[in-house]
Amino acid sequence: MVFDVQNETMPRDELETLQLRRLKYLVQKVYHNVPFYKQKFDETNFRPDHVKSLSDLKYLPFTEKQDLRNNYPFGLFAVPRESVVRVHASSGTTGKATVVGYTQRDVDNWAGLMARSFEACGVTRADIVHNAYGYGLFTGGLGAHYGAEALGATILPVSGGATKRQVMLMKDFGPTVICCTPSYALHLYETALANGISINDLKLRVGIFGAEPWTEEMRQDIQNKLRIKALDIYGLSEIMGPGVGIECIAAQQGLHIWEDHFLVEIIDPETGVPLPYGEKGELVITTLTKEAQPLIRYRTRDITRINSIPCRCGRTHYRIERITGRSDDMLIIRGVNVFPSQIESILLETEGLSPHYQLIIDRKGSMDILEIQVEVDEKIFSDEIRHLQKMEKKITSHIKEFLGVTAKVTLVEPRGIARSEGKAQRIFDKRKI
Amino acid sequence: MKVEQISIFLENRAGRLADVTRTLSEAGVNIRALSLADTTDFGILRLIVTDHEKAKEALKKNGFTVGRTNVVAAEVKDRPGGLHDILSMLSENGINVEYMYAFVQQSGKNAVLIFRFDRTDEAIETLQKNGVRIIPGNELYNI
Repeated sequence: MVFDVQNETMPRDELETLQLRRLKYLVQKVYHNVPFYKQKFDETNFRPDHVKSLSDLKYLPFTEKQDLRNNYPFGLFAVPRESVVRVHASSGTTGKATVVGYTQRDVDNWAGLMARSFEACGVTRADIVHNAYGYGLFTGGLGAHYGAEALGATILPVSGGATKRQVMLMKDFGPTVICCTPSYALHLYETALANGISINDLKLRVGIFGAEPWTEEMRQDIQNKLRIKALDIYGLSEIMGPGVGIECIAAQQGLHIWEDHFLVEIIDPETGVPLPYGEKGELVITTLTKEAQPLIRYRTRDITRINSIPCRCGRTHYRIERITGRSDDMLIIRGVNVFPSQIESILLETEGLSPHYQLIIDRKGSMDILEIQVEVDEKIFSDEIRHLQKMEKKITSHIKEFLGVTAKVTLVEPRGIARSEGKAQRIFDKRKI
Repeated sequence: MKVEQISIFLENRAGRLADVTRTLSEAGVNIRALSLADTTDFGILRLIVTDHEKAKEALKKNGFTVGRTNVVAAEVKDRPGGLHDILSMLSENGINVEYMYAFVQQSGKNAVLIFRFDRTDEAIETLQKNGVRIIPGNELYNI
């Protein structure tokens, strides 16, 4: 079933006319309301009325994550602060947080797009949705919450954590839909089994999984174990939150991007040159309807390709392929965004000096494992074991506190990580994604 | 009265200890006493050697993290109760032993105890007051 037939199945030519109209309005709006964009446009002698067709998009400047940080917290708002009814922020800390504001209409649009997304996954008013995405500044929890309500389904705002209790609720309340990260779904499954709850005790039939990269193999594994349809959802807080794109249950192949609200391009991450449909590169998104904080050509750093082949579900919106990687060094560990620089500053704070470190990421079963190898130099070395172990524990608890990720800290001998200049190879991602 | 001890950070992997002994052997440094403390991930090798400056230099050149600590070497009669007597006088004076290790001298008459204390100077005073002989560094390196 299709939630919003008029918009979701709009013929391509009509859709493109709508996109162009919205794009023209958008560039006028940001030029006159956001000093950051006025300056960017002026620097390249770009005038809002230069936009004559959708192909003129390539003349517009990119917006990068750093631009959001530079304008932290509210510098990119295109409306007075009083018109902003909600603020979300990315999970980043130590200067990496990116803030996004929403007007009431933005919140309503988001709920509508999430409702579309749910319906594309086969969710109906009759369903009970177990929402295990975190509630708070993170967009996952509230995004799914308002979407399920807009659809008219019954939402269980469970949020994250307390896995044993979640499993009990799943048995007692009988949710038919689960929203969480794919690795957490497997963790729930394992916890259920360990507590004597069989899959026959649960009524789940659909899972909507996102916020971390996952593979087709993992999908098969989840589908077999939980006996559900496992579907991929795409979103990012800078653009909206979950529900920017969704895999439909009819095809279960690629994620429809809601193109009446988001204009998508694929660029070469090195040169910034747009690539034709079907080629792999970095996804760039322009928000067509955002009021509080519209973004022009936002570089997501996510690597994918656009599939323009019509989908059997009847939606005319193009699809993107499952995200296969990142064009920068951001790591997604158990659904949490982690930058190596964040770990560096935590190490710095912990011992007051700059240690050399390596990050090793692996996946054991369904769980991501982060190991932080810290080189022991003469400044932090002690001939007493308890001092070194205390340091390991301190780093572990700081990482947990600031990033929300449990890491194994291992002290190692110095081993020639490039010092200060040049690009040090610090990250060894052994996950096969 | 204190003895210079060097300590080396070691990852728990095969051959690392041999790398240390090879380095010392090539540098012509002799080991007088040693102790190895370990966890699942790493170990700390503590050494008293004939020439700690030379040993340290050679180890650092080979990429090892080396520390230095002042420890105390006490001589004790090689008979039942020898160690107990010393520990009793220390505990009576509220002095904590961070760690210790021991070796027996060639003559077989006396044992040497190497101590790391929380309050080194007070410990030396206590031991000497009770008639325990403290072996100075120079003597120990050249035994």
